[in-house]
Amino acid sequence: MAIPSGPQGERENYLNKHYGFGSWIFTTDHKRIALLYLLSITFFFFIGGFFALLIRLELLTPSGDLVQADTYNKLFTMHGQVMVFFFLIPSIPAVLGNFLVPLMIGAKDLAFPRINLLSWYLYIIGGVMMLHCMLTGGVDTGWTFYVPFSTAFSNTKVIEAGLAIFVTGFSSILTGLNFIVTIHRMRAPGMTWSRLPLFIWAHYATSIIQILGTPVIAITLVLVVAERALHLGIFDPKLGGDPLLFQHLFWFYSHPAVYIMILPSMGVVTEIIACFSRKRIFGYGFVAISSISIAVFGFLVWAHHMFVAGISVYAALVFSILSYAVAVPSAVKVFNWTATLYKGSIRYDAPMLYAFGFLGLFTIGGLTGLFLASLGIDMHVHDTYFVIAHFHYIMVGGALMGYLGGMHFWWPKITGKLYPEGWARLAALIVFIGFNLTFFPQFILGYLGMPRRYYQYPPEFQVLNVLSTAGATVLGIGYLLPMIYFLWSMRYGKPAPDNPWNAAGLEWKTSSPPTTFNFEEEPVVTWEAYNYEELDAHPDEEAPSVG
Amino acid sequence: MFDNFPLWPDRASTAAANVDALFIFLIIVSGLMTGLIFTAVLYFAARYRRQRGVRAEQIEGSTPLELTWSVIPFFVFMAIFAWGAVVYFKSRTPPRDSTEVYVVAKQWMWKLEHAEGQREINELHVPVGRDVKLIMTSQDVIHSFFVPAFRLKQDVVPGRYTVAWFRATKPGAYHLFCTQYCGTQHSGMIGSIIVQEPAQYEAWMSGGSTGPLSATGEKIFAELGCVTCHRTDSQGRGPNLQGVFGKPVQLEDGRSVMADENYIRECILDPGAKRVKGFQPIMPTFQGLVSEEQVNALVAYVKSLAQTGAAGGQASPAVVIPATTPAKGSKVNP
Repeated sequence: MAIPSGPQGERENYLNKHYGFGSWIFTTDHKRIALLYLLSITFFFFIGGFFALLIRLELLTPSGDLVQADTYNKLFTMHGQVMVFFFLIPSIPAVLGNFLVPLMIGAKDLAFPRINLLSWYLYIIGGVMMLHCMLTGGVDTGWTFYVPFSTAFSNTKVIEAGLAIFVTGFSSILTGLNFIVTIHRMRAPGMTWSRLPLFIWAHYATSIIQILGTPVIAITLVLVVAERALHLGIFDPKLGGDPLLFQHLFWFYSHPAVYIMILPSMGVVTEIIACFSRKRIFGYGFVAISSISIAVFGFLVWAHHMFVAGISVYAALVFSILSYAVAVPSAVKVFNWTATLYKGSIRYDAPMLYAFGFLGLFTIGGLTGLFLASLGIDMHVHDTYFVIAHFHYIMVGGALMGYLGGMHFWWPKITGKLYPEGWARLAALIVFIGFNLTFFPQFILGYLGMPRRYYQYPPEFQVLNVLSTAGATVLGIGYLLPMIYFLWSMRYGKPAPDNPWNAAGLEWKTSSPPTTFNFEEEPVVTWEAYNYEELDAHPDEEAPSVG
Repeated sequence: MFDNFPLWPDRASTAAANVDALFIFLIIVSGLMTGLIFTAVLYFAARYRRQRGVRAEQIEGSTPLELTWSVIPFFVFMAIFAWGAVVYFKSRTPPRDSTEVYVVAKQWMWKLEHAEGQREINELHVPVGRDVKLIMTSQDVIHSFFVPAFRLKQDVVPGRYTVAWFRATKPGAYHLFCTQYCGTQHSGMIGSIIVQEPAQYEAWMSGGSTGPLSATGEKIFAELGCVTCHRTDSQGRGPNLQGVFGKPVQLEDGRSVMADENYIRECILDPGAKRVKGFQPIMPTFQGLVSEEQVNALVAYVKSLAQTGAAGGQASPAVVIPATTPAKGSKVNP
């Protein structure tokens, strides 16, 4: 484990209290488990990113020349599976959520510290299974595992990949369970529901989806395995099954899963915007309720992935209208963030730049969602690059921007070190430009009709594909930079003060990094969330600007 | 230059203009929303940047404002929904008396058979200005029939028919893509739709036919011995098939279903599932005994028996599950 070496300062904290391998892998400290997760998901992020790089390189030219068709099919499959199940879903909840939920509510740890560690073990077991699967041949079904291709036609390691995701799903369930119980039972005195940071509300909503949705994908994958291994007729029409049943079950989880990725990110961005405009969040209650309603409505829209799959016209009408309903709370959030900026006192530190980036990309991602939810347009753009662009704007533009913003915002708290501000701003800019260059051309490609999962394509699509690949290169640099300067800062960064941003929130009231049990004594909360007015009332105490 | 860098797809069907109009409307709406949000964010970010001695003004929120920006988007969304629904509904409801083409997809090719008997592979000739109905099924995995120039897409699912239709408006050759990932050569499963002027099309049609599909069906009907039970009088052990297609059928279990392509298909492959009222469950399944192409021919034949009677082709939405009257729980469950 990468513990910053050198003098840690005098104060004892969760990083220097114990040393050694065992002190990490047997830890029940939520902060250490968060770091274990951070290391593991970063590893998978770069594996998934490497697959993406190969995909983009293959698509530089219309003909299939870099890799074989089968290899390409495995690449996009494993890119999706790794990024979705091993990076995005655990990203913010398991790292930032794990670290911050107890700190923000004034608790010593999560409600079930050992279950928390178990969840990381399950993640690692699933991850090792996935790695083994990838190293011994991989899988080529697409991350969606559509039947009967996956159960009867694919010659790759479908069962192993399915079981890997099955196991990892339990880590997600356990994290969600832990958060819900913690948020209900372990809030510090005075930390009422209406004083909770919106980060906590977002994680609460996420946890609901995790514990209600994940079992469904687990069952679905078991059914796929049963059909493939034992030839039980469930999905394959040749065995008397129904292939659309699979799609219903799959998307019943996998649509809400998108909200598992984006809701925590929204929580992060809310904290950042409040801090860097020195304001309470505009319409706290509406933002909190919108998280919960996204979680609830998110379960009622799954079949909008199936408008051309052969469902009934009337079912399609219902799912289309419900999809528009779920767009309302997302829009409300965007408006509230924007309104929070009004009459603020805004600073452009790196986390805020990421938050701005999030706002821009999420807005585009969300609005293009309106196109896809429209039955008439989905008929044309479904399963084309339009969809690819749309969901990358949400899941990468939105979720990943929020994740990086959060990593920068809380990095001083997590490591006790300051990251280099100039580099961080530069990286935020590079990511934003690279992202748009990569994915915006794909909207046009999609409307022109380029289908997804094509490894060769008609030559008229080449110019836009070259633009996209060029953007991906820029984006790749943008993602490598933070990793480099974060690692650098662990050794060479300036020591962080307890509250470098002069931010509200209990996590800033303890030391950086915090002690093992977070607080010297149990905090008593007597203020609302985002009490920036009080914090800024004494300008003398303001911390020096960072960087 | 634009040959290599098109920014808008060809528009070659009646549906294309409808979809494009809606798309442009959405670009305008979302462009306005993006403009509004970006302008506000950038303006606030610049106007309210931190200045020495100036403190942020705390604002609690505003319920009227929250309601405004919930309700206005909601109504805008509903308008988009309604427009999209109309476009979709039109595209999903084949007009009566369309020319019919049976499509069988398999890894990794498209087999197309005109009702008149012409067979094609990865190529489909159609005339300008005529409604063409596609009755599609797959031999193996799920595929998807996508013609960007027609703004037409429909998954092709094994074990059932899905239906799509279009009316081409401009002669030319247009891409046919498979858009549902189907294995190794998924990106090679492409073909072309060749739209011709009626005269050229007639000329093309005059060659290569082995007789209408329904005639092929009639032959198979005889060869398989279907005629022994499905007689043309009321004395057969199976239902008389004259005039059945496109009409509701009373089932033994009290339900009533529309005799569309999917129903006929299901009766051939799984005769017990929806047995006609008043008949014994004596028909064997033909699952595995007839190819997808033969099923298509049989369906075309049964259909032709109806057309000799009163009504023409029945318009039914492209629902996968056989279109049923409101009978509950009438899901296909072979």
